[in-house]
Amino acid sequence: MAFMKKTPKANRRSPFAAILVMAAALALTGGGYAAVTATAEEAASNSSVYTAAQIEEGKKLFLANCASCHGSNAEGTSAAPTLIGVGAASVEFQVATGRMPGQASGPQLEKKPVQFTEEQITAMAAYVSTLAPGPAVPTDEMVAADGDSTRGGELFRINCAMCHNAVGAGGALTEGKFAPALKGVESRHIYEAMLTGPQNMPVFNDANLTPEDKKDIITYLKYVESNPSAGGYELANLGPVVEGLFAWVFILGLIIAITIWLGAKSN
Amino acid sequence: MSDKSIASTGSHEPEHEYSAGLATIAADAVVDPGMEPHRVRMTDKSKKHEKAAARQVAAFFFASIFGSAFAIYAYFAFPLTEDLGTVRNNTLWLGLGIALGLLGIGIGAVHWAKTLMPDAEVSEERHMARGSEEVRARAIEIVRLADSESGFSRRKLIRRSLYGALALFPLPAIMIFGDLGPNPGDSLRHTMWKKGTRLAKDPSGLPIKASDVTLGSVFHVIPEGLSELEHHKLEEKAKAAVLLVRLDPADLKESDERKDWSYDGIVAYSKICTHVGCPVALYEQHTHHLLCPCHQSTFDVTDECKVVFGPASRPLPQLPITVDAEGYLIAQSDFTEPVGPSFWER
Repeated sequence: MAFMKKTPKANRRSPFAAILVMAAALALTGGGYAAVTATAEEAASNSSVYTAAQIEEGKKLFLANCASCHGSNAEGTSAAPTLIGVGAASVEFQVATGRMPGQASGPQLEKKPVQFTEEQITAMAAYVSTLAPGPAVPTDEMVAADGDSTRGGELFRINCAMCHNAVGAGGALTEGKFAPALKGVESRHIYEAMLTGPQNMPVFNDANLTPEDKKDIITYLKYVESNPSAGGYELANLGPVVEGLFAWVFILGLIIAITIWLGAKSN
Repeated sequence: MSDKSIASTGSHEPEHEYSAGLATIAADAVVDPGMEPHRVRMTDKSKKHEKAAARQVAAFFFASIFGSAFAIYAYFAFPLTEDLGTVRNNTLWLGLGIALGLLGIGIGAVHWAKTLMPDAEVSEERHMARGSEEVRARAIEIVRLADSESGFSRRKLIRRSLYGALALFPLPAIMIFGDLGPNPGDSLRHTMWKKGTRLAKDPSGLPIKASDVTLGSVFHVIPEGLSELEHHKLEEKAKAAVLLVRLDPADLKESDERKDWSYDGIVAYSKICTHVGCPVALYEQHTHHLLCPCHQSTFDVTDECKVVFGPASRPLPQLPITVDAEGYLIAQSDFTEPVGPSFWER
């Protein structure tokens, strides 16, 4: 792409310029590509980035806090699923949003105050990632909200909005389950949720939504979060039910009050 | 109204006798309570109240002046810029200013009429709908005069051509109803899917490999080639949209004739609800239930998308799929039944 754009310009200069520009463009794109693939590979196999001490610490934390439900070898029990192959991303999402360790059974595990420090969570993720290959945690660059928010908005409306609402305000599912609101959720947790499909959320792997797609979706959500609604007060963004209720109670109430005043005799 | 019933005979037309069966009772069943006693307003009783009311009316008018001036000020003070967020301040303050400008005049005028204008109560008797004999005779005289002066009865050519013109005048409006068509033909029974069409991602249109669809995944699918359509792209998308899910093959309950419609646990169902056509896309990974956001119809993906809850009356149509030589998912054929809500002749 890059050198195709440059060719017509170069024709107007000496032939050496063309060769130079092409060489520079090749070096830039090739180098850029190498840099991108390097980060992706690094992220995909970041079980190797954890130290042996972290993995050891993680195993201790796992046995003390998780093994009673997930089994001492993370093989799963009747109370909880196996953690073999869920990857570091799943561990970080579940523990760093406070959903794990679970406290009470119910329709679904909800966000709670986080029980562990960042180092402890990384250690547990490190241990689980050694059990079997699984989705790795994203790098900071992968979750930076500097993608294309317009494209992200389109992808969000196609893949996410039916459960999470068009602006991520959340919504109800069946039997007490719900899709949580996405306002104020950390970018990396949004990324990890898409990648791992926690609880009843489906999985959106990298073939379905590429890392670039995921970044655009995060960009869209952060844009909606930081920009005021053009249409005025949002009424919690819950859509026609709330707006209809407001119109019926307050607007109709006002109209009735004015009608009564018009017909009443003066004192 | 008169308080005499016609059945009592004698008052209007004594020469007629009515049987009791045809009698209508003109007298009201409820006695007219008459006018309420007049209550004198405070503004008529005390000068102080009158002055206060006058000040209130003027205050409403001044509020209106303030509102209109504020609306003009707000137009300049809250300009619309590139930033979408400026729309809300612009419309809010401009709208409030204009509303105060109009409401001030209206409320002031009503308050003025209610408190300060004369308070005499007047009752008017209803008159009979039938005109007097003189009025009726005069009316007929006028119609006859108009007829003789225009020659409406005499000039047959003009009269009949006018009838013709009036009769034809509404026809063009009826013609326009033709634009409601054409009849849908068999387009309600067919979609873009045909044998060999690749399943592609919405909106990018990139084909999907069976190996891309991992367990628990949901893909929103369009037929490959939809994005390149020049006409009726949205109509085709509205019919052909598909949801692709991979389940553990052991979870699938498939009838014999649909055994080869899925591929290694990957199933494809129409995304168009069979109730009123909303996109059914809320998928719960653990219960394998698919929910419609409009009326909460729930379909069981493991059991050929049969309805387990809600107003939908038939299962979501299944798209028979398989893989081609390169590993991409393709359709075996079109849907075997019409997608979407019920319609006539179905």
